[in-house]
Amino acid sequence: MALPQAKQTATEARIDALQLPEGGCTQAAREAALARLRQMGLPGRRDEYWKYTRPDTLVQPDAPEAAILDTGEAPVFDAFDRLRIVFVDGVFDAEASDDLQMEGVEIDRIHDICTRDIHWAKDLYGTLEARGQTPVPRPLAALNTAFARDGVAIRVTGRPSRPINLIYTHSDTASDAILHHVVRVESGAEATILENGPAASRFNKCMEIDIADTGSLHHVRAQGRDHERRAATHMFTRLGRESAYKSFTLTVNGVLTRNEQVVELTGDDAVAHVAGACVGDGDFHHDDTVFITHDAVNCESRQVFKKVLRNGATGVFQGKILVKEGAQKTDGYQISQSLLLDDDSQFLAKPELEIYADDVACSHGSTSGAIDETALFYLRARGIPEKEATDLLTLAFLAEAVEEVEDRDIAADIVARLEAWLSRHS
Amino acid sequence: MLEIKNLHVKLEEEDKRILKGVDLSVEAGSVHAIMGPNGSGKSTLSYVLSGRDGYEVSEGSATLEGADLLGMEPEERAAAGLFLAFQYPVEIPGVGNMTFLRTAVNAQRKARGQDELSASDFLKQVRERAKELKIDAEMLKRSVNVGFSGGEKKRNEILQMAVLEPKMCILDETDSGLDVDAMKLVADGVNALRDAGRAFLVITHYQRLLDHIKPDVVHIMADGRIVKSGGPELALEVEHNGYGDILAEVE
Repeated sequence: MALPQAKQTATEARIDALQLPEGGCTQAAREAALARLRQMGLPGRRDEYWKYTRPDTLVQPDAPEAAILDTGEAPVFDAFDRLRIVFVDGVFDAEASDDLQMEGVEIDRIHDICTRDIHWAKDLYGTLEARGQTPVPRPLAALNTAFARDGVAIRVTGRPSRPINLIYTHSDTASDAILHHVVRVESGAEATILENGPAASRFNKCMEIDIADTGSLHHVRAQGRDHERRAATHMFTRLGRESAYKSFTLTVNGVLTRNEQVVELTGDDAVAHVAGACVGDGDFHHDDTVFITHDAVNCESRQVFKKVLRNGATGVFQGKILVKEGAQKTDGYQISQSLLLDDDSQFLAKPELEIYADDVACSHGSTSGAIDETALFYLRARGIPEKEATDLLTLAFLAEAVEEVEDRDIAADIVARLEAWLSRHS
Repeated sequence: MLEIKNLHVKLEEEDKRILKGVDLSVEAGSVHAIMGPNGSGKSTLSYVLSGRDGYEVSEGSATLEGADLLGMEPEERAAAGLFLAFQYPVEIPGVGNMTFLRTAVNAQRKARGQDELSASDFLKQVRERAKELKIDAEMLKRSVNVGFSGGEKKRNEILQMAVLEPKMCILDETDSGLDVDAMKLVADGVNALRDAGRAFLVITHYQRLLDHIKPDVVHIMADGRIVKSGGPELALEVEHNGYGDILAEVE
């Protein structure tokens, strides 16, 4: 079916502003993605999947300007021993990065995978993104696969002793970064990937994660505090038998963030948890869009998303659990909640379940509410001042999501960032 | 210690008068009890004194050691030494009992210009007090009152009282929902805190709590006023004859 004229025009204008990189061995995947993109067209305001989030600034040819943030604070995860891979405005910075050699993992820049005769990533690049385009199109991810200028390929073969930290830095107020990472976790292997830092004025990031049988991946991401940035991220994850994927995202500020998680459980007894905690003020707009497909027996999936909104901030949650025919003994859980600290903020939620198997346990809930006045009075009656009591209750509200971070030290760092945010916004 | 004079209170939302001129004076070192039928205004008095929203004081005053309670925020009243043991302690998921206690202790110390208690001193103090009240370590680790039985919630109130060491303690129907053994435990906790510098106001429906916490003065409250005051024998009279006789006599 032909695209509406306006959509086609917008899509071509965006494509014209970009250059298809010399893709080498990824060329075919890039061209296929470009063809997909042309067929779908970029998101517009009338698209059902973009009903609550205006895609305009993500789609327009030039990136809107965003100021460089300098808080003078130590970045998140700074206190931890980790392997650092640094990108400046979406370009790998070898000088600022650590040596990419580490036992139990192979790391290459996407550019370099084609220099080898055989490289595992050649078959993965664009594959999970393409799978993730049905049943709902995700055109910004196709655009990413076609036009990504950089990224890394991470193959986890053992149990690396340190987490791998993708660090993004922002140096140009009009930067438009497109990064594409591919990750493969081999059978029995286990690793942690951390992501943080203001990436660019506009950031389009895609990560494809293929977890083999019995492999496991922990992912913890911190977005912020660069308020003026715009970010659209996609994570496409495929899980094999008895594998595990646990992802948590902290988002602090941001005029526009859309994080999509597309997870496919293809092997029996696999476990996938995706969680997020965000705090926003004023023109903050944050969108978590999740699609989890159960296509195997006895798998567990869990979605926990909590949002604290104030001064007119907007939070969006679109989460779906699709249980395919035959995916018996599925255990699916989904909760999305917002804490509205005033009457101007809003939370828009669309929780969905679609189930074609008859022996499953799926639950979902979505709430939005204010601070519990009874609890607030109880705390104050014990001598805790109103502001401190409100912060305590706010952190308690976020706790269920933060608990999804398994590493206690990293979780403590996340809580400290949230506390700092609350103390700055009184 | 606590001086209440001609206190008139109505609900903020509707034009309903609840307290209609309460006069009460509680001296340091004493235990006063307030008894009275349902709807007489006992719990409202405790809420108004601790600063809960939703009430409007139209007349009268309440002071704690001479300081005007009614002009203070709830947290200021607490720091000044007022403590309300809630009839229905609130469950707060996600806030650990220990975090809550330490935050409260240190907030009060800060308000009084004292240094914060060190983590080890605090822990030692809480553990000792908890042991006396038969509160196990597991309960301290859990979220505030979440999953606690009725008895555990009330013991947790007394633990907070013991750790915060207030001057003026108000117990709002602390005996409700307790079996005999639990009531004894709570009463022992309260009795251990009795001293010359501290006063108690015990609000209850029944005389049996007063068997364990012996009051110096018993007041009968009815229709928003204290209608009769006397010694402990007044509580026994209520127990035997109900409120009917006393109210008739006052009429």
